[in-house]
Amino acid sequence: MKLDTSGLESAAPVWGAPSELVDGFSAAPSFEVPNTTDFDGFQKEAIQMVKPAKGTTTLAFIFKEGVMVAADSRASMGGYISSQSVKKIIEINPYMLGTMAGGAADCQFWHRNLGIKCRLHELANKRRISVTGASKLLANILYSYRGMGLSVGTMIAGWDETGPGLYYVDSEGGRLKGMRFSVGSGSPYAYGVLDNGYRYDMSVKEAAELARRSIYHATFRDGASGGVASVYYVGPNGWKKLSGDDVGELHYNYYPVMPSTVEQEMVEVAGA
Amino acid sequence: MARYDRAITVFSPDGHLFQVEYALEAVRKGNAAVGVRGTDNVVLGVEKKSAAKLQDSRSARKIVSLDNHVALACAGLKADARVLINRARIECQSHRLTVEDPVTVEYITRYIAGLQQKYTQSGGVRPFGLSTLIVGFDPYSGVPSLYQTDPSGTFSAWKANATGRNSNSMREFLEKNYKETSGQETVKLAICALLEVVESGGKTIEVAVMTKEHGLRQLEEAEIDAIVAEIEAEKVAAEAAKKAPAAPKET
Repeated sequence: MKLDTSGLESAAPVWGAPSELVDGFSAAPSFEVPNTTDFDGFQKEAIQMVKPAKGTTTLAFIFKEGVMVAADSRASMGGYISSQSVKKIIEINPYMLGTMAGGAADCQFWHRNLGIKCRLHELANKRRISVTGASKLLANILYSYRGMGLSVGTMIAGWDETGPGLYYVDSEGGRLKGMRFSVGSGSPYAYGVLDNGYRYDMSVKEAAELARRSIYHATFRDGASGGVASVYYVGPNGWKKLSGDDVGELHYNYYPVMPSTVEQEMVEVAGA
Repeated sequence: MARYDRAITVFSPDGHLFQVEYALEAVRKGNAAVGVRGTDNVVLGVEKKSAAKLQDSRSARKIVSLDNHVALACAGLKADARVLINRARIECQSHRLTVEDPVTVEYITRYIAGLQQKYTQSGGVRPFGLSTLIVGFDPYSGVPSLYQTDPSGTFSAWKANATGRNSNSMREFLEKNYKETSGQETVKLAICALLEVVESGGKTIEVAVMTKEHGLRQLEEAEIDAIVAEIEAEKVAAEAAKKAPAAPKET
């Protein structure tokens, strides 16, 4: 598998640049390595630091009318909430969305990169790239960086000639096609609500409400998820943002405060 | 390590790339090849040099498939053709692997042409000495296509084209006689064009038809002979009709 070294090319002189025709003689990519006594240990630590940090809840599912994509917006660094307003649904192009879970920079950069590749494909082939193709391009790139500490757990959702498409792609190089996915630390909670309420024949409104509630429930129980629940819909004409509701407000929508019956009431006693 | 960075294909003072033009000469000496696009099929035909008695003619196929839905015929250096065809076949599969879709004819043509161009602008190599005729069906729209590439790396789509020996006469014939055809008519047209420059017979012509349903099908010698006989008969009839004046009206 040829490594995508386009990000590592140095301003080396053209003379001596490897020719593709001289098979197998390409120069290995090189970059600065930190000065530590134990580089392998350092690398392992770095990977461990990034690994558990998929503190988020994202979900996507295919239904009759298209694909529904939803995510929370909290970014956490350990116990510190660093932001409540992170855009975790990335717009790759007008008809394809990607979700962010894991390293924010990794997700953002590689989704932008995927957007570039999709556009180049369109220009070269005079047709849009399929969701299958786009997810495969991303999966191949992530696979070539396997073991180097990238942390990406993303879902590529879109609408192409064959209809709605949904793929889960991660930094281990895995790629799965499916109808329902949820990724992140809040995903077990989201799955509970999503799997319970899912039907293929839902209307857009019902599906949006299901997606919203699933994210809300995940943010309720998972400390690493919160902020705003964004819901996007991908249909035959591309994606559209349906809503972005603060999950705190959603809580009181779903569970409005009722005056509760008091078991024992303190009664004013006149006199003693 | 030997120095491979000195270019062989360089500009002449009046803007020619002589190596590329010499490569085109090599193509002109190669066997004739013709391609005709019909509405529901595409036909490739090549001239077969009379096989040596001991040679197994089946091992020297000149029309090859690059994938289930794309085929190629070429004129020029056959050894160069083998290399180019292998690279194209790998690219067809690589495309299937990376985007889970078969190549379009235009894509693989662009790839082959790109390869041919690369070898006109690299150190230590010479251009490929062949022009190719690439046919196939678009996997999405089902539309048949015919493309041609040449040693300079240019490519374009054609309704019908010829390359190799006497390609000019074949192209003239096609320009005069081309019309939208389908099925057997397209095969006939291709063979007619080839017969302009080749001695007739199933022994000297190789023909293959690409259809959407059945992919590439090489025609048997007997089939080709039958069609050639048909064409000959039609020609004779046409000649006779021309010579004999119209029958006088019966009064």
